[in-house]
Amino acid sequence: MKEVVKCECGHVNPHGTILCESCGRVLDETQKNSKMIDMRYEGSARRSQTYNKSMIDKIWNFFTSVKVGVSLIVILLIASSVGTIFPQEQYIPPTELPEVFYEAEYGFLGKLYYLLGFHNLYSSWWYLICIAMLGTSLLIASIDRVVPLYRSLKKQKIARHEGFLKKQRIFGITNTDKQASDFEEIKRSLESRRYKVKEENGNLLAEKGRFSRWGPYVNHAGLIIFLIGGMLRFLPGMYVDEVLWLREGETKEIPGTEGQYALKNNQFKVEVYDKENEEDQTFNAAIDKVGTIVKNYQADVTLYEKEGNSLPGEDATLKKIKDHAVKVNFPLKHDHYALYQVDYKLDELSEMSFNLMNKSTKETFGTMTISLDDPKTMYELKDGYSVELMSYFPDFEFDENQEPVTKSRIPNNPAFIFNMKTPDKPKGEVSFVAIQQTLEPLGENTYKMAFAGVDTRNVTALTVRKDLTLWIFFVGGGIFMIGVIQGAYWNHRRIWIQRKDGEIWLAGHTNKNWHGLKRDISMILEGTNLNEPEDQLEAKHIGEKEK
Amino acid sequence: MAELSANLLYASFVLYLVGTFFFGGAIKEKKGASEKQQNKWAMIAIYLTVLGFVSQLGYFITRWIASGHAPVSNLFEFTTFFGMMLIAAFILIYFIYKTPALGLFALPIALLIIAYASMFPREIAPLIPALQSDWLHIHVTTAATGQAVLAISFVAAILYLVKSVDQTQKSKKTAWLEVIMFTMVATLGFIIITSTFSAMDYKANFTWMNKYDKEDVFEYHLPALIGPHEGVLMTEGKLEPLVKMPAIIDANKANTVVWSLFSGIILYGLIRLIFRKRVAAIFKPLVKNVNLDLVDEISYRSILIGFPIFTLGALIFAMIWAQIAWTRFWGWDPKEVWALITWLFYAAFLHLRLSKGWHGEKSAWLAVVGFAIIMFNLIVVNLILAGLHSYA
Repeated sequence: MKEVVKCECGHVNPHGTILCESCGRVLDETQKNSKMIDMRYEGSARRSQTYNKSMIDKIWNFFTSVKVGVSLIVILLIASSVGTIFPQEQYIPPTELPEVFYEAEYGFLGKLYYLLGFHNLYSSWWYLICIAMLGTSLLIASIDRVVPLYRSLKKQKIARHEGFLKKQRIFGITNTDKQASDFEEIKRSLESRRYKVKEENGNLLAEKGRFSRWGPYVNHAGLIIFLIGGMLRFLPGMYVDEVLWLREGETKEIPGTEGQYALKNNQFKVEVYDKENEEDQTFNAAIDKVGTIVKNYQADVTLYEKEGNSLPGEDATLKKIKDHAVKVNFPLKHDHYALYQVDYKLDELSEMSFNLMNKSTKETFGTMTISLDDPKTMYELKDGYSVELMSYFPDFEFDENQEPVTKSRIPNNPAFIFNMKTPDKPKGEVSFVAIQQTLEPLGENTYKMAFAGVDTRNVTALTVRKDLTLWIFFVGGGIFMIGVIQGAYWNHRRIWIQRKDGEIWLAGHTNKNWHGLKRDISMILEGTNLNEPEDQLEAKHIGEKEK
Repeated sequence: MAELSANLLYASFVLYLVGTFFFGGAIKEKKGASEKQQNKWAMIAIYLTVLGFVSQLGYFITRWIASGHAPVSNLFEFTTFFGMMLIAAFILIYFIYKTPALGLFALPIALLIIAYASMFPREIAPLIPALQSDWLHIHVTTAATGQAVLAISFVAAILYLVKSVDQTQKSKKTAWLEVIMFTMVATLGFIIITSTFSAMDYKANFTWMNKYDKEDVFEYHLPALIGPHEGVLMTEGKLEPLVKMPAIIDANKANTVVWSLFSGIILYGLIRLIFRKRVAAIFKPLVKNVNLDLVDEISYRSILIGFPIFTLGALIFAMIWAQIAWTRFWGWDPKEVWALITWLFYAAFLHLRLSKGWHGEKSAWLAVVGFAIIMFNLIVVNLILAGLHSYA
């Protein structure tokens, strides 16, 4: 059977109770001699303060401890600040290798930072464990307190024990012969100040704002929900984070949508604030100081959905869904997906034109235009003249063997090997052409490919995002705010008034904002014969000083 | 409109300054008088403060009209707004608790903050694309308001510590209190030095070698005590640097820091020489009538009021906007992390106070640390730790 403590008033309290849930009599011997009683959690029996035998008790007690909770907060706080000393890996330039970057940029300390793993601090195992422990602490500490607190506040009697009243911080006794009239007056004025007044045998309990006591538990519940949201992110299908580079005029499947959607970039533009423009005149001084200030990054796109089942490689039919101007702060949203403007590249090469030319006579035999995304292998020119594109290097460089190679598929520095076939050289002449560079690897040629112009286009980079966990964070954050406001902006105030042969006893308690409680009491007592009660804590401080 | 706006800000500055003296008078006037009755000096002081606030609100509105966006988009505008909300929070607390002594400390701190703000570029600048959102107004104003209310707890804590720390003997407490005083004096030093040289239109250009071994240019607005790596002075007749920094340190900023410390030490030294007392000891007689329990409660109360506002503005609204502008609601950007640190710190404060009974002096020291974190997030994170929030 469970141990219980029976109070003199007849109420049966759970084992470990400090103040009787019903009458408030001090049950714990150690508290009997103090001048004021500890009102935290109403002196209720908390599991953590009562049991300490089994392993489970010990774990429970560890996580309920405020000391442990605060220590975890402080550890997280210090660790988090360390993570801001140098940028995290995600913020270093994408082309840099972290093992090189930190040392090159910040010297020895940077190297140490990298070696200790602080460049990825917030996803390190120990940081995540600290967060998980804090979450556990939030949960267990809340349960340990909220259950007994609820019991106590629910079971409290109107007439509290003498000792309970005497040992409240706010307490006073008045000798008066006008008990009855004052009592009614006080009752009225308590009610007008929106106290809930309960009466029993000439004893009075006025209470207000009890719901603020639940604030901490509500906000902790919100935080726990928030942390659960963070865990759900790791479930497959909940979260998509991709980047889509899209050239003007190009249509591509949107990554992360499993082939369901495609996007076309109609146009990408960058606009800057212009001193000539009348609207922007206010900013002239600022523009003069910094040079150019960007006004807008904008990609005009069209969203398509694929219709029917198409096999890979087969062209699917695209159904247009909508046009949208994707700007910073104005993402394109559709069906849980959002597309954000995050990066761009202006004037990327798209086409290059050449003339086939006789080197000595300068006579040309036709122009050919090479699409740098999709070059042809053969270009027919005038009768009998044609050029074969033998090799194409979109992003050309020479490797260590002096062989031409390409670094990427992006046409940053295109180079070509042409075979120029002409009536007088039917087998063709081989020419290597790069920007401002021509080589004739197989001997002197009669003809050359003369550069005739380029065409460029802009490229936009869009982040593709789907996050099905967002609403959980939103709910968690919302509940946290409700709880924290409930706990911070309301106070739980109680005033006990008792009539005892010729005397009126008054005691008051609040969970915080004593100034407000005292103001309430002095307004209530105005016009009555009652003395204002004493603040026993202040009296104690003054007493200490005078010694 | 822009000129009117600047004049209104100037007017509010003067009003706060005069208000401070009246709060000083209010304390002298009523010795032992009850807290409920305000004397004439206190009445005038609070009227002046409210008037100053209205004038600053006028600055805010006219600048908003002139620029077309809420003036909270760079360091000058944000810090000024923070100062304004500090005054607003003080007015609110004053009407609850009626303590003129709080004004004597709150107003000078707000003045320091606003003066500090004016050391940064004040031109009306257009919004870059990342800032073009209504969330700019919502997030920044709420976050600043939260921080300002939290800062009142610091003001009350200073009041508490000035009164409670024993000045008759040297101790760790007197030393730390002097550190706080010195920081404020050094801020004043920075303001004096910067505005003096800016009035003289001091400019010295240096070419120097940056950490990538490329030539770069620095424009110094203070004489260069600290010069850049391999710096060569390009402007004739200006001071040659006394020492040169390695390439990885931003010598221009280091120079400003050295100047602030230097002027702070001189000012502080002068004060100590004239008064022959610790700075905190000079203020001690002014707080003779302060009720410590009440000040402690003001400090705690302002944290209780400020914490939810701060959470809403600096974390929740911030996350909503970050999701819209930066594609994710949380990205461990330094400013985000420091907002989290601030939040964690005040959460720890509340737990220590509620469950461990950290009242009075302990709680006052914590409030000082909290304010230091807020200032760190405002100044150091913006100016030194690079990140997405470096708009200044």
